[in-house]
Amino acid sequence: MTTTTATTPTMRETFARTVTEAMDTDPRVAIVLAEISRDLFADTALRHPDRVINVGIREQLMVSVGGGLALAGMRPVVHSYGPFLVERPFEQIKLDLGHQDVGAVLVSIGGSYDDPVWGRTHQVPGDIALLDTLPGWTVHSPGHPAELIRPLRAALAGDDRVYLRLSTRSNAQPYARGTELAILREGRRGVVLAVGTTADAVLAATEGADVTVLYAATVRPFDGPGLRRAVAAADRADVVLVEPYLRGTSAPHVSDALADLPHRLRSLGVRRDREIHAYGTPEDHDAAHGLDPAGIATAIRAFLGNPGGPTW
Amino acid sequence: MRVDTGEKRGFADLPALITRMTGDEKHSAAANSTMDVLWVLYDRVLDIAPDRMADQDRDRFYLSKGHGPMAYYAVLAAKGFIRESILDKWAAFDSPLGQHPDRVLVPGVEISSGSLGHGLPLAVGTALGLRATGRDQPRVVVLVGDAELDEGSNHEAIALAGRLGLERLTVVVVNNFSGTHGWPDGIAARFAVEGWAARTVDGRDHEDLYAAFTAPHPGRPLAVEALIKPGGSQ
Repeated sequence: MTTTTATTPTMRETFARTVTEAMDTDPRVAIVLAEISRDLFADTALRHPDRVINVGIREQLMVSVGGGLALAGMRPVVHSYGPFLVERPFEQIKLDLGHQDVGAVLVSIGGSYDDPVWGRTHQVPGDIALLDTLPGWTVHSPGHPAELIRPLRAALAGDDRVYLRLSTRSNAQPYARGTELAILREGRRGVVLAVGTTADAVLAATEGADVTVLYAATVRPFDGPGLRRAVAAADRADVVLVEPYLRGTSAPHVSDALADLPHRLRSLGVRRDREIHAYGTPEDHDAAHGLDPAGIATAIRAFLGNPGGPTW
Repeated sequence: MRVDTGEKRGFADLPALITRMTGDEKHSAAANSTMDVLWVLYDRVLDIAPDRMADQDRDRFYLSKGHGPMAYYAVLAAKGFIRESILDKWAAFDSPLGQHPDRVLVPGVEISSGSLGHGLPLAVGTALGLRATGRDQPRVVVLVGDAELDEGSNHEAIALAGRLGLERLTVVVVNNFSGTHGWPDGIAARFAVEGWAARTVDGRDHEDLYAAFTAPHPGRPLAVEALIKPGGSQ
């Protein structure tokens, strides 16, 4: 993973621009903030003062206001830093959106640990696992700013429940092909599924290996048929799942997709067994969770064997 | 007993409608504490009717205190939103009426509630949405209980609604003094200090309730504290 350079719009900037464009043309669209990112929408607020709603540092209210807007026929976008969007007001997400049977577009920033100097309070590796406890959510975990635009525009035009998980980190290039799994590399020994911002690390870790590498930026609904096709084309039904959030979050979906096949699954992601009380850089935390290229390569070799010769 | 004759119902019919539902005793007092407020709202205040549920210019009523919804269901039945016959099967698996209302199941129910502290924040959002779409007539009226105000989410909503001057938002706090820790200096003061117009009335007095709901409060949201003697006897 690399950090997006100054010349490339970040996911956050792309998000603000795309939402603003939608607000200029679609009177249903409103954005609800809890102070965070208010500056990104300051100009928009001048044009649409009733549709840029900053509730202050009140995240329960932020989500509920989104629900109330939807009940009034609006298309709310609710946005904050990940833990304060998904974890703190989780009951509001469950009841004021899902249980009311209304939709919203939830957009988080901060990835799992984009800013480790802020510590555990600003990390949210469990966001998608939490949303998995609720029905009806479409979830995108883009790996590049360009992968954000299409699903965000579709979400803004819809009326369903959509979560987009943004990060300051990015792959060097976009890989997504719509909402289905993209095939980045083809091989025989097994299938590695890289999600979002893990793709470049997975490609580096599997350089020279005889494996198929799949890529997902849209994780719910999970493209089970796409995974089945890739597994069927390989010699063995061995799957490595690499996610930039809580380890094994999508494992039930892999199991469901391959339910009638004897298969093996190894899940990589943010570790569940302990909290890492450490600051440093995102790369430090990649290493601590085994999500750096070396850690991913070690885990894949241990799981698949060493089919490629000296290096593999 | 009449069944779905379409005959016009009055306030005096509500106790009989409530007795068609069976619930645990815990909810009975709560149901009765809201009966007068609900009747005044649906009979005289809210611009709402069964055939207007798709009309974006209708008033909204959000029952936030979803516990003890029997009086609510009775009023909805009396006003023709639901058939009286469904009261008899309440809380059964295939009944639309549960001990907490579900807007997906019940015509006329605007929000699903049960967990406390959700209705007022939702209502703030709806008031903002109506304002953003240029609808300056519809009211959004929320009913909360005094103990429900313990939930911090309400205070996020009270502060913001006051600052934004959401005139079309009304909260009625049915105060039967059920909170353990109480509200020194009164509930109305909590709203007033945040910029709301706040009125305290007898929660059984229909004329006082009507006046409190309908007197102007320009530029401010309205809080009506409806006092109910502890026990909610009827």
